[in-house]
Amino acid sequence: MKKQIPLLLVLVSGLIMVIQYFVPHPVSEFVFTYANDFVIVIGILALPIGIFSLLRNTWAKAKHDRKERIYSIATFFGFALMVVAGLKRESLESGTLYMQLFQNILVPAQATLFSMLAFYIASAAYRAFRVRTMLAAILLVTAFVVMLRLIPLPEPLSTWNADLVRWILAVPNMAAKRAIIIGVALGAISYSMKILLGIESSYMGRD
Amino acid sequence: MEARPEATRWYDRLLSVDRRWIYLILAIAVLLPTVIPFSVPTGISNEVRSVYNFIEGLEPGDNLFLAIDYDPSTLAELHPMTEAILRQAFQRGARVVITSLSQFGPAMAEELIARVAQEEGKQRNIDYTFLGYKPYPGITILAMGSDFRVPFPTDYYGTPVDSIPMMQDIHNYRNVKAVISFAGGNVADMWIQYGNAKYGVPVALGVTGVMASDYYPYLQSRQIFGLIPGMKGAAEYEMLVERRGQGSRGMPYQMSTHLVILVFMVITNIAYVAQRRARRRAAGAR
Repeated sequence: MKKQIPLLLVLVSGLIMVIQYFVPHPVSEFVFTYANDFVIVIGILALPIGIFSLLRNTWAKAKHDRKERIYSIATFFGFALMVVAGLKRESLESGTLYMQLFQNILVPAQATLFSMLAFYIASAAYRAFRVRTMLAAILLVTAFVVMLRLIPLPEPLSTWNADLVRWILAVPNMAAKRAIIIGVALGAISYSMKILLGIESSYMGRD
Repeated sequence: MEARPEATRWYDRLLSVDRRWIYLILAIAVLLPTVIPFSVPTGISNEVRSVYNFIEGLEPGDNLFLAIDYDPSTLAELHPMTEAILRQAFQRGARVVITSLSQFGPAMAEELIARVAQEEGKQRNIDYTFLGYKPYPGITILAMGSDFRVPFPTDYYGTPVDSIPMMQDIHNYRNVKAVISFAGGNVADMWIQYGNAKYGVPVALGVTGVMASDYYPYLQSRQIFGLIPGMKGAAEYEMLVERRGQGSRGMPYQMSTHLVILVFMVITNIAYVAQRRARRRAAGAR
């Protein structure tokens, strides 16, 4: 029973959601809206667990690892500051402390971290992108041609390169992508079927 | 004369260069356009032009849906195109419904929307509505097919959507001309799969450069009517609207770093081929 009831719940709710997706009727829309409320409630319940987990782990690090202590303090401070700054509904409008913190700390921090990728890509291009095999050579030449379109070239080289890039994206790239998309979709359908029918039940954890 | 040891040959030295030199050269390439400013000529692709033509074809009072579905991490690439399209839509007199289905997106989007609206003399709730963020983008996109009020009973600022003058005759995708999603992740797929496939709303995408090749199949199958790829796409769009912005200004930086990476690729492969030949010759001599 411990296993059968959750499996039955998954089967019934899964079938209801599949049917409602294909039936454009007010009842089906009501079912969808009602089910969405469940999802949102479950998401909200997960939020305090996430916050608790973050604070507990940060506290443990601060307690046991002296080197990490300064980062833990920064985490606690940042967390408390954003909570206090964002308590009021009006804090979401431009110019408030919350928005100032968001615009001047979080936005540049995220953008900086992401832009660091350029350095890793350059290093990877130098160290790993080598013509070891025929396939690697094809990949290298293709990447070279596609990247070259960002470099201003004299005519008619620029037009030739633009046409070649268009062809690469519209023919070989598209063929490969389509195959991947269709393969992934078929895989997702079969995996979903396995979950609905109870063949795949690893989401319930170990028995 | 004694042969030089293997490790001192030019190709070996090139292939085992310290990665800090690579970082330094790239940093110089990034800084170069600041020291020596230059502009990059950009051709205009059909997929970008079709988005521009669509917005140009909007009549005053038409409704457009913009989905600002990215985080600050991809802001440099996606903000310029969002700004250019939002501005163009305002200039055409369109009414714009905006959401942000990315976790860190809403505050970033709010700043952009408020600034562009102010510059174009547009009023909140009259000319545009910012609905804000809801978790689970797939579910939110599906729910908006019934009514925008289902996932968004209030807008970003807490105003009930029913009390917003502009939203009185806007209920779902049937009331908007198109959805343009600026996405830094898989939300773009959800707009195609749910917004377009299930509800039939025309969709166009603005995506990061690395994502662009993933969406060309949808362009050919006409599941999207336009595609703006990365900073280059933004620069193209800015050329079309004849207003130079961050996209055009960012192109020299992107070009110089791409050029350095291309040069790296060439140098390292010349060295690699030379090393391989030398090893083969050495093996043959033995």
